[in-house]
Amino acid sequence: MLSRVADSLYWMSRYVERAENVARIIDVNLNLMLDNPVGGEQRWQPLIDTLADHQAFAGQGTVADSENTIRFLSFDPGNGNSILSCLGAARENARSIREIISSEMWEQLNSFYLRLQDQAVQGTVGQETSMAFYAEVKQACHLFSGITGATMTRNEAWHFIELGRLLERADKTSRILDVKYYIPTGLGAEAAGLDDIHWAAVLRSASAFEMYRKRHGRIRPDGIIEFLLLDPDFPRSVRHCLDGVRSSLHHITGTPIGSFRNPSEKLLGQLCSDLAFTQVDEIEDEGLHEYLDGLETKINQVGSGIYDTFFAFRTPTLSRRSRYNEAH
Amino acid sequence: MLSLSATQRFTRVVPDDMNFSRYERGDFYDEMISSSGEPHPASRLLAREIEGLPSGELKMRQKAAERALMQAGITFNVYSDNRGVEKTLPFDLIPRIVSGTEWNRLEKGLQQRILALNLFLDDLYHDQKILKDGIIPREVIASSTGFRQQCVGLKPPQGIWCHVTGTDLVRDQTGQILVLEDNIRCPSGVSYVIENRRLMKSLFPEVFSGARIRPVSNYAARLRDMLEFITPDGGTQPRVVVLTPGRYNSAYFEHSFLAQQMGVELVEGSDLVVHEGFVWMRTTSGFERVDVIYRRIDDDFLDPRAFRTDSMLGVPGLMEVYKAGNVALANAPGTGVADDKAVYAYIPRVIRYYLGEEPIIPNVTTYICSEEQDQRYVLEHLGELVVKAANESGGYGMLIGPHSTREQIEEFRRLVIANPRNYIAQPTLSLSRVPTICETNLEGRHVDLRPYILYGRDIFVLPGGLTRVALRKGSLVVNSSQGGGTKDTWVLAENDDSPAPSTATAGGRPQSMVLASPLISH
Repeated sequence: MLSRVADSLYWMSRYVERAENVARIIDVNLNLMLDNPVGGEQRWQPLIDTLADHQAFAGQGTVADSENTIRFLSFDPGNGNSILSCLGAARENARSIREIISSEMWEQLNSFYLRLQDQAVQGTVGQETSMAFYAEVKQACHLFSGITGATMTRNEAWHFIELGRLLERADKTSRILDVKYYIPTGLGAEAAGLDDIHWAAVLRSASAFEMYRKRHGRIRPDGIIEFLLLDPDFPRSVRHCLDGVRSSLHHITGTPIGSFRNPSEKLLGQLCSDLAFTQVDEIEDEGLHEYLDGLETKINQVGSGIYDTFFAFRTPTLSRRSRYNEAH
Repeated sequence: MLSLSATQRFTRVVPDDMNFSRYERGDFYDEMISSSGEPHPASRLLAREIEGLPSGELKMRQKAAERALMQAGITFNVYSDNRGVEKTLPFDLIPRIVSGTEWNRLEKGLQQRILALNLFLDDLYHDQKILKDGIIPREVIASSTGFRQQCVGLKPPQGIWCHVTGTDLVRDQTGQILVLEDNIRCPSGVSYVIENRRLMKSLFPEVFSGARIRPVSNYAARLRDMLEFITPDGGTQPRVVVLTPGRYNSAYFEHSFLAQQMGVELVEGSDLVVHEGFVWMRTTSGFERVDVIYRRIDDDFLDPRAFRTDSMLGVPGLMEVYKAGNVALANAPGTGVADDKAVYAYIPRVIRYYLGEEPIIPNVTTYICSEEQDQRYVLEHLGELVVKAANESGGYGMLIGPHSTREQIEEFRRLVIANPRNYIAQPTLSLSRVPTICETNLEGRHVDLRPYILYGRDIFVLPGGLTRVALRKGSLVVNSSQGGGTKDTWVLAENDDSPAPSTATAGGRPQSMVLASPLISH
């Protein structure tokens, strides 16, 4: 497969997943704001810090209130990670590989982007419509990944799509969990039972509430951290995602799992073992926020390893055996 | 690929007047309605179907088709627009119909022309007998920007230069079909032929079952066969790629469409690299050799070492590999010389010279501004003529005398005098028209026709082609970059021009028409 094509597949899929997760994180924050009877300041700035370039926002000279933040994170073309920008980038990538992906995938991405663009022109999302809007974004992204799963052969292209999707999802699940760190617990929050409500909202934003209940029952912070980070079977848990990344990566290279031939295989192997053998109290000892920070850094390193191995511009080496015969 | 969803279907029906009873044929040849006001035999079935539709239905199908094209992203970029501005190529539902008898003659004429053009190109880059024999003045070729010194002595695989051609045909007021232009470099538009047909089959299935229309869907397979045929060394299982300038090119959709339909890789210049005498593509698992390149990049940008040095789109060193016979290119570089509008004027002589035959499809009368007598005539009649820059395409650099202001005419007078070699002139043709869906009724709009011809093992003419329509009332410019649209082109299978009505339509308007409408994906 062409390196450029692999790069576009990977980023197409990453950007769709990113758009979906931005919608999820905005949604959970909106929910929390509405569930906050004790009042207190609304904290939107942390969302900007975690999801986008805070300098881009600061450059606009507006305050981080709910309306500005929602607009910035949803529709602002100046924010490369807004939902609109992400889907625009996904579509541009898809356009350059239309002959590789299925027509159905392209049409879903294209028509959803055009719809979103119309909405962006009409203006910002109001409080009353926002829940429905973010639900629609999530659904459209699910539809895209469903169509992908139902129409793509499990070939190299498919595995690059999986790499992008799962790596992005691992990163964003970690960030969703981190949102809780920024929520003001405030005076009396515990007493009002708000902490449970906040944790439940975090679960819901990862579509994890129901599955968590089946696994752990009661809402307990350590149970939730374990479920979202370490659960081997829940499709949005970091461990499950990274296991998938590893499996696709080894499919592409042909390296047996348990060994490595490039830096990202090595790092990923270590990371997956870590997640498999870590217990939640060890994470709590380190501090959740600090642990997540470290995790996100490693996920980033895996991403740059993938870039170096597959996408980076290379030139042929002299007198190398022709791959031509192998290819046929 | 195209599908119309249920929500697109249930738009409000606005009553209109889409029938032929008040259709004005005007003082032109009409491709659908004869001078008696009745449809031509080949068009009877379609006319009856259209008239049988409930008021508003045709317009509704038209809108559904437009939305389907937008959603499928079958769009193009206009160079003068901002980068990234996309438009769908307007598509009109009423097809142009060509009878089987007429098509058979056109097919022979096109095969004849392409055969001669290929011999001409090969001669120009080798012995130049045609110049030595004085059939064409040497300076016409020497001054053509399409003539490439780099190609002199070149022996393309199988001796083929013009693998893919999209010849523009027009019909004049008397009903005669003429060749307007030979597009022998990188003709585009064939993807619309295929997609338009797909859309039409879903919108008018009942007509397709009644009329026997020659299929166009095998184009990609024929294209791939041709590309494999020109593999250097006749290797088996060659690697064929389509080379595109990238997604901002106005024809990008087509490049990706053809690669997809052929099942080959779509590459950009930066994906390819020349190494040890071969062309390789960069893949995730190393470098793989490329044998045949269907290139959709102009000669100028193909190889910065051979042509324009500032090209970022091409592959440095590609021409050397090509000359060494280690890669095939379609079309061959250097074909643009036969595309030159001044050279065009000599093509009938080219056909007689190489084949000893009279051209089956004539040229449009052409005045060559570099010839003194012609120039005098042109300058005296600028207000009546169409003046074209010899090396331009896409409807740019053109004066349509009768539709121009005094200033525009004077500007062209200066241009022609300053650089006569660069201009030719032709009479303003009254292009034939086809009924076209307008706001509330059907009106005649001018059309041309671009059939696509593949030269491989044999010369294959795709039955049909792109009918381009000037959508602006009275306009003669059909180019997509200048407000043109497209129509499907139906070539009937039988030589008999009046297809038997199908049983479903024999007894007046079929009741099933509305229910059976389209709209289903395939």
